[in-house]
Amino acid sequence: MTAPAPIEVRGLCKSYGELVAVDDVDLTVEAGDVFGYLGPNGAGKTTSLRMMLGLIVPSAGSVRLFGRDPQVSVKALAGVAGFVEAPSFYPYLNGRTNLDLFAALDGGDARERIVEALEIVGLSHRAKDKVGTYSHGMRQRLGIAASLLRRPRLLLLDEPATGLDPGGMRDMRDLIRNLSGQGMTVLLSSHLLTEVEELCNRVAIVREGRVAYQGSLAELRRQAGSGYLLRTTDDERARQVAEAQAGIGEVQIRAESGLTFSAESESAVGALSLALAESGTLALELSPRHATLEDLFFRLTEGEEAGAAPRPDRALEGAT
Amino acid sequence: MSPGVFTVYRWELRKLRSQKRTYLGLGAAALVPIIFVVALATRGGGPNDVAFGRYVHDTGLAIPLVLLLFGSVWMFPLITALVAGDIVAAEDRNDTLKTILTRSVERHQVFAGKILATFTYAVAAIAITGVVSLSAGILASGFNSIVSLSGTRISATEGLGLVGASLLVYLIPIVAIACIGLLFSTLFRNSAAAIVGTLMFSLLVQLVGILPGLEGLGPYLLSTQFNAWQGLLRSPIDWAPIVRALWVCALYGIPALVAAGLVFLRRDVAGD
Repeated sequence: MTAPAPIEVRGLCKSYGELVAVDDVDLTVEAGDVFGYLGPNGAGKTTSLRMMLGLIVPSAGSVRLFGRDPQVSVKALAGVAGFVEAPSFYPYLNGRTNLDLFAALDGGDARERIVEALEIVGLSHRAKDKVGTYSHGMRQRLGIAASLLRRPRLLLLDEPATGLDPGGMRDMRDLIRNLSGQGMTVLLSSHLLTEVEELCNRVAIVREGRVAYQGSLAELRRQAGSGYLLRTTDDERARQVAEAQAGIGEVQIRAESGLTFSAESESAVGALSLALAESGTLALELSPRHATLEDLFFRLTEGEEAGAAPRPDRALEGAT
Repeated sequence: MSPGVFTVYRWELRKLRSQKRTYLGLGAAALVPIIFVVALATRGGGPNDVAFGRYVHDTGLAIPLVLLLFGSVWMFPLITALVAGDIVAAEDRNDTLKTILTRSVERHQVFAGKILATFTYAVAAIAITGVVSLSAGILASGFNSIVSLSGTRISATEGLGLVGASLLVYLIPIVAIACIGLLFSTLFRNSAAAIVGTLMFSLLVQLVGILPGLEGLGPYLLSTQFNAWQGLLRSPIDWAPIVRALWVCALYGIPALVAAGLVFLRRDVAGD
């Protein structure tokens, strides 16, 4: 029997009256993943995270953390730490005392890790100052320190780099990479594609509460990067030729000019160019088109109809 | 050792010790008796229209008793509400509920810890008032015997015991007020609204008592229970109002606590 996955979310829904914040989300985060939970603001990422941490009761569906239900007991959070939105503290207590408090509520030997945790996030020198005097970046780091007290196997971080300056963002990413290198599983919610690209091996892209894509980043890249762009003297005629051609698929006329298609192999592309010439349609441009991940991300999250890249069939499941 | 109610309780007290409002409340509990005694000493005279008012210059024992009478209108409810109304709402204000509820204590343990801390503060406030008013009173008017409500004279030491017992009985409605403060704190998630709400509740109940046609409700109003301790200062001691205070206050306090607990256990901890 295999160990239960760090996070298994099934059919998770949360609605507030008419508003559906999270809509039938399925997620599996495997041990060792740095899992990017990617979507624009308001896509329901934070709400999902709150349900995963047992802070919000789901309208439907279930969450299991290492096989345990956080709705039933905080025991499900053993080995789990993290924060949703900005981490929050008691502003009238100093950083160290805040951590003392959390360590007391963690029990076990959490208290013994306070000094080390402050070291790791580089806050030792400000530990005696009231948190009310901390900058946003320092609070984010204190939030990480507070998480580390629990010696987590799973870390849930909600937009950890938000509001940080470029140096702070770099430090935060280094920290996350470091923690992941030590074997921690990380769920990282973000609206920043570059952040997720840099850190994560797997992603779920969410849009309006629904998962529009879930899989490895490599697969997503492959889907985003495949395809060809063709401009001809007669695009409509070219479309007919391309559609009739073996090994060529997903032919779509672009709004601006030309068309896009996918090919099974380069030889199929060669055969197409010959067929076009035979039909009297002259190719003006025929090039592999590397749609960027960003294009794909925007298409998945904004639901803009595809025209540029070939439609990655898995990617749009559930997006409409 | 795994953390539990006691861990939360200890840290709730630690948090209270770090907040100004705690000292505002406890400071008022200490200052009011001092001001009262100084005013009596400098201006002479006294509040002759209330029970024990005419003895304030004869014995220090009368001072806490007169303060209990005056304080029941709004001072002690306010001091109680200052913390009770804030203790849950403060977590909303600082957005810290999500922080403490994702550690290793269950929600009900957090709530129980908060209840205990609130009660502890209320007890501390009354104890401070008692000690300060007795000390100041004895300094100003001496440690002398006092005349009971039945007209019998009670020795100073026996009187001291009865004053202590009166303070304990006074805690019964105070704890009920604390429960209502906790309920409002949980419901409103806003400290100012909960404090004002608790005080308004306490004042409105007193108004109900003076409405024509509703005099029959008098014995069962929360405000009336603030006078239950007077049963101790009759001879023989009249236990009836004290027993009534116990169950009447339970009728106010327990449903409020249960409702607050249910809301706290079930609420979504979401941002604004």
